[in-house]
Amino acid sequence: MSTAFSSTLFQRVERARRRKHKFTDTHITLAHGSGGRAMHELIEGLFLEYFRNPLLERLEDQAVFGVAASQLAYTTDSYVVSPIFFPGGDIGKLAINGTVNDLAMSGARPLYLSSGFILEEGFAIDDLKKILSSMRDAAAEAGVIVVTGDTKVVQKGGADKIFINTSGIGVIESPLNLSSSRAQDGDKVVLSGTLGDHGTTIMIARGELELETDIESDCAPLQSLVADIIDEAERRDAVDGLHCLRDPTRGGLATTLNEIALGAEVCIEIYEERIPVREEVKGACEILGLDPLYVANEGKLVAIVSADLAEPLVARMRQHRYGADACIIGDVKSEPGGIVSMRTGFGGTRIVDMLVGEQLPRIC
Amino acid sequence: MKFIDEYRQSDLAITLAKKIAALTSQPLKLMEVCGGHTHTIFKYGIEDLLPENIEMIHGPGCPVCVIPLGRVDDAISIAQQPGVIFTTFGDAIRVPGSKTSLLDAKADGADVRMVYSPLDALKLARKNPEKHVVFLGLGFETTAPSTAMTILQAAKDNVENFSVFCNHITIIPALKAMLDSPDLKLDGFVGPGHVSTVIGTRCYEFVPRVYGKPLVVTGFEPLDVLQSVYMIVKQIVEGRAEVENQYARVVHREGNRKALEVLSEVFEPREYFEWRGLGSIAHSGMKLKSEYARFDAELKYSVPGLRVADPKACQCGEILKGVKKPWECKVFGTACTPETPIGSCMVSSEGACAAYYNFGRLSKIAERSVARA
Repeated sequence: MSTAFSSTLFQRVERARRRKHKFTDTHITLAHGSGGRAMHELIEGLFLEYFRNPLLERLEDQAVFGVAASQLAYTTDSYVVSPIFFPGGDIGKLAINGTVNDLAMSGARPLYLSSGFILEEGFAIDDLKKILSSMRDAAAEAGVIVVTGDTKVVQKGGADKIFINTSGIGVIESPLNLSSSRAQDGDKVVLSGTLGDHGTTIMIARGELELETDIESDCAPLQSLVADIIDEAERRDAVDGLHCLRDPTRGGLATTLNEIALGAEVCIEIYEERIPVREEVKGACEILGLDPLYVANEGKLVAIVSADLAEPLVARMRQHRYGADACIIGDVKSEPGGIVSMRTGFGGTRIVDMLVGEQLPRIC
Repeated sequence: MKFIDEYRQSDLAITLAKKIAALTSQPLKLMEVCGGHTHTIFKYGIEDLLPENIEMIHGPGCPVCVIPLGRVDDAISIAQQPGVIFTTFGDAIRVPGSKTSLLDAKADGADVRMVYSPLDALKLARKNPEKHVVFLGLGFETTAPSTAMTILQAAKDNVENFSVFCNHITIIPALKAMLDSPDLKLDGFVGPGHVSTVIGTRCYEFVPRVYGKPLVVTGFEPLDVLQSVYMIVKQIVEGRAEVENQYARVVHREGNRKALEVLSEVFEPREYFEWRGLGSIAHSGMKLKSEYARFDAELKYSVPGLRVADPKACQCGEILKGVKKPWECKVFGTACTPETPIGSCMVSSEGACAAYYNFGRLSKIAERSVARA
């Protein structure tokens, strides 16, 4: 082999090695998780394309950034929803908003997210692209960027299509003191909107029931609604009146309120007639034997606030697209501690306990 | 929501409650037979609306609550057979057997699936011809016709990989057994609603005739229950004992002839069937007739078939008969909770103990804190 020939060959090969990766595969294979070339193509040709930002572009094993805050909020959550696509969202939108909301409930402004993917061998790239695209849109809406990530591929049957884990960091810029333990006698319970939309959507989207409805998941980022709440409290010089913020996800409002009641040893009394539930959700829950109080939400928050702050907060929340149906649904009392009770629309009172196991439909 | 909200209006409820209170101040014990009524009473806080002289006793009409331990063990043993997909209604999954539940068996690898209808189980059988699909038939005459229809469908289409583990029961023999029980002191019955859509109201006529107790067949919305209590109390005050039908919008005197035909086509009474807490009751269970034996899971699989005594600490029997209140049971809310039920009354949301635990503890807690103070 002549020297001239081998030098052009090497140059060509080198050029090819350094060429920007194009991602043309149609399905995930074990090679995409192997750490080799296929994985590089997946990361640079796909993930980077969707999440591109200066911190991620460095493609190091970690993201390095500075923050100007005395307090950080840090959270993680894994997403395994089935089906992965459902009316009103998909697993990707959920993975961004879920973590954004967990940060927002501390009063933090969410900034940076990590995203870990566990992919099942054979998963369609088109589906992955759809998920990445909705993650990109959700992140843009929430004002966060994905700065680091990880991908693993497991063999067929080792996972159900796709699992996503996201962690997030946010900065707390106001002198807030939010905690379940701060709920106290005289506080009001504020709910940002209708209950049960997400859980009901998922039950129906599983297709086991042959029900057809127009119900959509309420999956949404709540950081800007929280920012409005803090702003309103600050304008009234009443930040100390914000006692607790929670998003009632799995286990629904009932479980969240029980956690607060137990955490602060207070009684929370709610009024059935004031709790907004969409007619379609009510209907589906009647048929399935579910109680909307226990059904998951992905775009709602509960605020426990001092009585004088409740009305102005509700008015402010109603101006926000994710708080349009906000209302005061209950009161915090000192006795009996650790209990959530509900005045029924029918005129009676009952205990609303934590959810036990899965909510099982009744048989007759 | 249309056709729902009308039956949940609080102003009508208050009017009815006042009318009930005005009828009498005599102490009365009324039993709601059906678990669905128990659930309604607790979910809407109906006991808060009733005057203090009227006490509701929560009867044995929750099919999940009366299934004996031995039958649950048998179900688990079938579910653990290789190649079996075991299907069941949701609330039966957590019912404890003598050692484990179907939920535990599922976690151990048994293929246990929740269905909303036996027809879904049949569909599963068609989709999985290499597997055998067993459906846990459970419930009174309410759910039994749908099991019977499914068996007829399977027979018609020759679906050979489908069978039913039949635990269907009938309400009338149980009601008779209760009425014959010497420690039972009741003044009237809130009669079954959904069961009566199938069996009609005529079959309850022995209750006033032989035992002199009024019975009112009742719907499941809260106003239905209140109106029915009013009707029963009115009968007592006027010295009458009759079968009346509050649920006339659905229930007819003769019942649903088609459903009854299907039942007698597929099922025949068992000589005895054991009820949890109540013991053996003659002719109270249904089994598949010999013509449909090929769909009988009990014949297909050898099950242990052992009688297992109820746990000593559990007082489900007394609670089902209304002799004891849930909170009078020694293990209520401590060792026996919806998360770790010892007795079956704690499993289904229609069970008296679970309903009481979930919805009804408040008044007892209030009483306790008053007593403390």
